[in-house]
Amino acid sequence: MNIPMSWLKEYVPLDCDIKTYIDAMTLSGTKVESYEELGAEIKKVVVGKIVSIQPHPDADKLVITNIDIGTEILQIVTGANNISEGDIVPVALHGSTLPGGIKIKKGKLRGIESNGMLCSVEELGFEPKDIPDAPEDGIYIFQEELPLGSDVKPFFGLDDIVVEYEITSNRPDCYSILGVAREAAATFKKSFQYPKIEVKENEEKIEDFAQIRIDNTGLCPRYAARVVKNVKINPSPKWMQKYLLASGIRPINNIVDITNYVMLEMGQPLHAFDLNKLAGDQIIVRNAREKETFVTLDEIERTLDASMLVIADGEKPVAIAGIMGGENSKVTEDTQTLLLESANFDGTNIRLTSKKLGLRTDASGKFEKGLDPNLVIEALNRAAQLIEQLGAGEIVGGILDSYPNPRKSLTISYDPESINRLLGTEISHEEMVDILKRIQCQVDPEKKIVIPPTFRSDLLIEADLAEEIARFYGYDRIPTTLAIGTPTVGKETHKQKIEEMTRNVMEAQGFYESLSYSFESPKVFDWLLLPQDHPLRQGIRIANPLGEDFSVMRTTPLHGMLQCLSTNYNRRNEAVRLYELAKIYLAKSLPLQELPDERVQLAFGMYGEEDFYDAKGVVETFFERFHLTKQVEYISEHNLPWMHPGRCAAIHLDGEEVGYVGEIHPKVLKQYSIDSRVYIGVVDLPKVIQKATMERSYTPLPKFPAMVRDLALLVKEEIPVREIEKMIEQRGGKLLESYELFDVYQGEQVKIGHKSVAYSLLFRDKERTLTEEEINKIMKKILHGLETELEVRLRE
Amino acid sequence: MRERLQQIQQKAIAAFTEVQDLKALDEIRVKYLGKKGELTQVLRGMKDVSSEERPVIGQLANEVRNTLETQLEEVKQILTEKAQEAKLKQEVIDVTIPGRKKSLGHRHPMHIVLDEIKDIFLGMGYEIAEGPEIEEDYYNFEALNIPANHPAKDEQDTFYISGDFLLRTQTSPVQVRVMEKKQPPIRIIAPGRVYRSDEVDATHSPVFHQIEGLVVDKNVTMGDLKGALAVFAKELFGQNAEVKFRPHHFPFTEPSAEMDVSCFMCGGKGCRVCKGSGWIEILGCGMVHPRVLEMVGIDPKEYSGFAFGMGLERIALQRYGIEDLRLLYENDIRFLKQF
Repeated sequence: MNIPMSWLKEYVPLDCDIKTYIDAMTLSGTKVESYEELGAEIKKVVVGKIVSIQPHPDADKLVITNIDIGTEILQIVTGANNISEGDIVPVALHGSTLPGGIKIKKGKLRGIESNGMLCSVEELGFEPKDIPDAPEDGIYIFQEELPLGSDVKPFFGLDDIVVEYEITSNRPDCYSILGVAREAAATFKKSFQYPKIEVKENEEKIEDFAQIRIDNTGLCPRYAARVVKNVKINPSPKWMQKYLLASGIRPINNIVDITNYVMLEMGQPLHAFDLNKLAGDQIIVRNAREKETFVTLDEIERTLDASMLVIADGEKPVAIAGIMGGENSKVTEDTQTLLLESANFDGTNIRLTSKKLGLRTDASGKFEKGLDPNLVIEALNRAAQLIEQLGAGEIVGGILDSYPNPRKSLTISYDPESINRLLGTEISHEEMVDILKRIQCQVDPEKKIVIPPTFRSDLLIEADLAEEIARFYGYDRIPTTLAIGTPTVGKETHKQKIEEMTRNVMEAQGFYESLSYSFESPKVFDWLLLPQDHPLRQGIRIANPLGEDFSVMRTTPLHGMLQCLSTNYNRRNEAVRLYELAKIYLAKSLPLQELPDERVQLAFGMYGEEDFYDAKGVVETFFERFHLTKQVEYISEHNLPWMHPGRCAAIHLDGEEVGYVGEIHPKVLKQYSIDSRVYIGVVDLPKVIQKATMERSYTPLPKFPAMVRDLALLVKEEIPVREIEKMIEQRGGKLLESYELFDVYQGEQVKIGHKSVAYSLLFRDKERTLTEEEINKIMKKILHGLETELEVRLRE
Repeated sequence: MRERLQQIQQKAIAAFTEVQDLKALDEIRVKYLGKKGELTQVLRGMKDVSSEERPVIGQLANEVRNTLETQLEEVKQILTEKAQEAKLKQEVIDVTIPGRKKSLGHRHPMHIVLDEIKDIFLGMGYEIAEGPEIEEDYYNFEALNIPANHPAKDEQDTFYISGDFLLRTQTSPVQVRVMEKKQPPIRIIAPGRVYRSDEVDATHSPVFHQIEGLVVDKNVTMGDLKGALAVFAKELFGQNAEVKFRPHHFPFTEPSAEMDVSCFMCGGKGCRVCKGSGWIEILGCGMVHPRVLEMVGIDPKEYSGFAFGMGLERIALQRYGIEDLRLLYENDIRFLKQF
């Protein structure tokens, strides 16, 4: 919402500087986004009168003029051909500046001295169409006597400041100059000067000219009209043009300009029909018919549907309600009689229609905020008054007004104490009453009730009044306190702690945290080689996504991780380790019947000088952090389509699968343009969170020495070492404290098809020192088991 | 005999003073004190000494031995130290060669900011609440007093799934879920992902993060809201940070406000970051709307509260001077390493 300060000041006598003004308005709730000093770039452009015009001796297209600027006569050479002696024109003097950083200096044009420049409206920053009486091409010629030598800026409204406001959606009344002026008056404790509206009507009766009818009062709570006879289309007066132009609306003619003027001033859009073009002299407000077509004022044919509201005459639509009028009923030079519409439409319907048609206008922009139906007659009368005053037509007596369910004012009771309690203030009841009256509420301090004006549809309960009181009292004056209240303990939940520890353990292992989008393309499922019936394909789809690439909520963090790795790989970043705590979204059924399962998964990915065991080590370290190492098993996993079938382990925690770790299938990597081995691990955190505990218990440190024995074994290569370890654990008994695999070797000196595996076993008894014989016995037992059940031989 | 002993002592001491290394010292020890050493040889000759002289010579011999042994120890210690010094000298290395290190990963810049904010509120007695990202219309809109015809509900702004399910457009629904489950006193913050139908560009992302805050208790005032957020701002932006509250509108708070913080780049003088205003808009806030309390069954006559919400990306971008939001979701390691 852009408002010229000069226009605003017609309704509220402000005398502060602009900085003070915008700060105060922002603090009272009418936020100023920016302001622009019009014509700030224009300096030293004055009114001059052409005294004489002579041809240039050396140039056919140039003339030499003498210009009277009041204090002196200047010789100026110009190429303009629309000027005559006696014309009054804008003159840019020597040393003047124009929009776009142009500087005018005196000099010689083809040998003749020129002391400035005669200006067109373009040179003053306008388009020719902005100024109705400006020539298409050429110097602007003032149509009235102006003091010679005076600044031209006031004439064009270029001495104004235009302020841009951010109006919040609860204040449709402030989408008008009067609305903002009302706020300004309340802010600065000035009187609010509402325009005096009086209409001079003729003796005739409007009922003899037209009828109106609303078929859908839900979408059109009120429709009113006046009739104007003997219409004379002319340009509007300069003052009106200046206001419109500064507000961003181009002046057209008196009737159009008056409707726009009233819309800006009061916030109520109006529309003028040529009454002679309305079949049956009738207005019917009805829903459009399905597929009904209609040519709007911009000469575009629109196809309507039954949800849209139109203004029709006896036969056809003549306007799309609240959005745009029709070509078939528009006011032209020849129009004799007008029907002037002032109506109230349902904001939501206007907004939806406007969106469906892709047609947003100044009028629809106002209506969609939801206007006060009680504004309708005021605005209609204001327009009629201006039409009559400006000699644009004769107002026929009476108003057609259909308003079946008038909006009634509300009564709100309040309690000053409770308002102070909410705000934490000690504002006196008198001050509260004063503030409420300043915003035009009726207040009964005895009964403690407030009747807000009907245009303040946002004032419904005491808390709403509290806000009004607070913002005019000043948010900055509310004492800043710290709540005492009932103490609460701020701490993270178990889940949050585990997640935090997960981040820490990953970062400690050299992983950088990444963030990826929660939704992705359904093509991802193909890239990951998922068969058609794979459960991960059961992603939740967004009905109105930004595009196919953002249409499915992820069911696995894989794609996000691979994409991040791909970005890095293709930017030639060597050796990358990334992790993400990624939420996945698993539907319990599709379409959704209940909230889906949102699970946080730890995903990590890496490439560089690494192999499977580096990746597995990351997982082991992760579980060690939560003291879960002994509860985790790694089981060879050949069936994940996106993983290398021989280099992937499923991770089992207490027998339950919680994730996997391994190498990505080269076919998948190709989709991501990665030409390097990539290792990935995924762990479902909710399952880990369930098992992880922060409880620790202490075991006394050993008092007796341990005995260590090494075991070098020759094993068939297909036997996983885990099998050997199970045997060691099983047969090692209570005295086996720990063991460690310290070497696995294949190659020279090892029988083909075999591997050499070496363990170090540590035995200890809590109560005493062990004897050689005891250990020998256990070692024999272990070896025997290995030999008989796994065909393992002791290495010589 | 006596002369012999004195001679040995003199010779040995002379040898000690000349000896250069431990090996030579040991040779000297063997030569004089060893089993076949000269001193031992002499002592073997004791049997030829007369019985009167024997104690005297014996004592002398012991004295010589003691003297030599003491001397030997001293020289040995000196030489050992010398040898060690020499060894250390040989072991000099170039300490400016970079060390072998385990690489350390970094947290995402947005999470760093989030962690800071969490810490501040945890310290003020707030808990961290979480809620679903795929949300029901009721929690995202209706229970927050957002009318059914509100423009925010349009398809242009909100991602819809099906039926009443949508991607939450704000973290505010967590307020409602918390209040439904818990009676006051409530002090929570709720960080998380939110979704809006904005095309990706330098300042927009369809996925972004918000932090919601909610306090409900007896006698909570707007002054308390100002106080809590002023403390927060000073903790996050520095003790010189000033805050300013401007009236605003949110359907679920009344009175509502927006909070600006004095620009942490220029300190309020006006610069590129604050677009010359000296202030940066940080969050929206207000007193919880009585309707919102009523809908979750909390009596607004007995309890009051305040709520606030802020965008995390904005704060992170401004904090680190990052000019393009897309960098946050690209995860280029060269970017991530900077935090």
